[in-house]
Amino acid sequence: MNAVLAISEFSARPAGDDGPAGVPAVRIEGLSKTFSKASGPVLDDVSLTIQRGEVHGIIGRSGAGKSTLVRCINLLERPSAGRVFVSGREITSLRGRALRTARRDIGMIFQHFNVLSSRTVAGNVALPFKVAGLSRAEIARRIPPLLELVGLSDKADAYPSELSGGQKQRVGIARALALDPSVLLCDEATSALDPETTEQTLALLRDINRKLGLTIVLITHEMQVLRDIATRVAVLDHGRLVEEGATFNVLAFPKSAVARSFLSGLVAHELPPLVAARLLPEAVPGSDPVLRIVFTGEAAHDPIVADLVSQFQIVPNILHGRIDYVGDRPLGVLTLVAGGAGPRLPAVLSRLASLGLFVEVIGHAVRSAVTCRHGVAV
Amino acid sequence: MPFDLLSPAVTALLFESLKQTAYMVSIAAVVSTALGLPLGVLLVVTLPGHILPLPVFNRILGTAVNLVRSTPFIILMVAIIPFTRVIAGSSVGTSAAVVPLTVAITPLFARLAETAMREVDRGLIEAAEAIGASPLQIILRVIVPEALPSIVAGQTVALVSLIGYSAMAGTVGGGGLGDLGVRFGYQRFMPEVMIAVVIVLVTIVQSVQLLGDAAARAVNHRIARGKRSTS
Repeated sequence: MNAVLAISEFSARPAGDDGPAGVPAVRIEGLSKTFSKASGPVLDDVSLTIQRGEVHGIIGRSGAGKSTLVRCINLLERPSAGRVFVSGREITSLRGRALRTARRDIGMIFQHFNVLSSRTVAGNVALPFKVAGLSRAEIARRIPPLLELVGLSDKADAYPSELSGGQKQRVGIARALALDPSVLLCDEATSALDPETTEQTLALLRDINRKLGLTIVLITHEMQVLRDIATRVAVLDHGRLVEEGATFNVLAFPKSAVARSFLSGLVAHELPPLVAARLLPEAVPGSDPVLRIVFTGEAAHDPIVADLVSQFQIVPNILHGRIDYVGDRPLGVLTLVAGGAGPRLPAVLSRLASLGLFVEVIGHAVRSAVTCRHGVAV
Repeated sequence: MPFDLLSPAVTALLFESLKQTAYMVSIAAVVSTALGLPLGVLLVVTLPGHILPLPVFNRILGTAVNLVRSTPFIILMVAIIPFTRVIAGSSVGTSAAVVPLTVAITPLFARLAETAMREVDRGLIEAAEAIGASPLQIILRVIVPEALPSIVAGQTVALVSLIGYSAMAGTVGGGGLGDLGVRFGYQRFMPEVMIAVVIVLVTIVQSVQLLGDAAARAVNHRIARGKRSTS
């Protein structure tokens, strides 16, 4: 069955989740890959559509199959079953010369850069042109703009051993863009870089995406990479696509456990274990409801905690929370004990919902001494 | 000058032998490189999981290479006399000695080149595949250039072995320094000739090694050299 369909059927997400119409940049249909019978499938019936101009992130733990998935798009890995289309053309049916020609339309950058140590920066960028059979003069004409695009104009004659990791990756990016591909595949392209260089490399990719309208498929195990660059996110777990959607929606309303755990360093979806252990599943005498509030957009700026206090005389006790920005939209998750809410809980929930917040009662907490005193006083 | 100890006739012989050795070694080196490098490439690219996997062919080729390599040179020289006669037109003489020398060194160089090219990172080959490079383009533009420093180092090892083998060429009337040392130094009890031959051979081998190391360094861009970059 189709995993994408399954997810959209159960999707309760806000509108605006659909990409632009037209021929998708990449369409993956029922892709499976098994390396050996004993270890089971690495990819299990994955279907995914990536629209033109998108930066599509694929996240998963190591071993989730994300690298295999991206390598199946240009057939560095041949899938055991399923089909892959790039710009409407089936790649999986191609072999030999036809496949090599089709690959020129798909750029790829790698975790370990994979630049040739025997060639200068200009020589590395020239490789795709030489492979494509361009004349020497034509190659000489095409290299400078590419080096300028990635900011390596002054390093044309340097060998990779004289470059930093970030510079090597920019050589990789220039090489990948040389033949003007319609899709750029990034296989953990920032995983070997320090945070600052990662930031610069992502800024360059974002810039290229906007300037050239290039579709980017990016796999990573770092959620912040996706937060910073991806327009859509797919979550892989044990070779299966468990979640897919617009980045903001996946961050704000993750549906799968894997997505939630990936987000824990970024968005406070999951309570610290010590706090989570104290939650009771059902209300007991002397307990207060624990609310998880997701702020998106404008509501993130409203003083809602103060609102709860003044409107409902609630004594909020904040257990966990964090506000972050995805693109330019604020996203916050706050978990608090609504001390003394009692019978006013439905009113509290509808008030929060009317402010455009997503609220759910995730459990109940026995009143601490402090909350108790105040609660009695109210 | 060591040559003052030798009679003019022996000195002339020494130069003649040096010329013969140079002739045998240089031709054998050029031909074994021309044959050994493609053989090494075949040994690598036909490995299972490489760019042109042909496991059965790879095993047959590997066995053939091992067969030649495990045959002692002195036996190989005699064993391939009919082949030598076809190639060189004769089975004796300096030119005839080039044939067994080439046959013996080619598999050695092929194995050394193979080892060098096996070390080329799979990621580099994949990067070339990803830009649509054909197997031939991958061999010529990625595998050989990336392995070149190690190939040159392997070639130096092969060349030194070749000089050693050439000393046995006297068996088929090939002449050369080794032959001179055996016939004059050993059989005619002229230790000064033996010493002169050894000095010349040691000098040649040292020079080959030094030049080989320098060449390997010159083509090696894997490690940054000279000034450190400040960026």
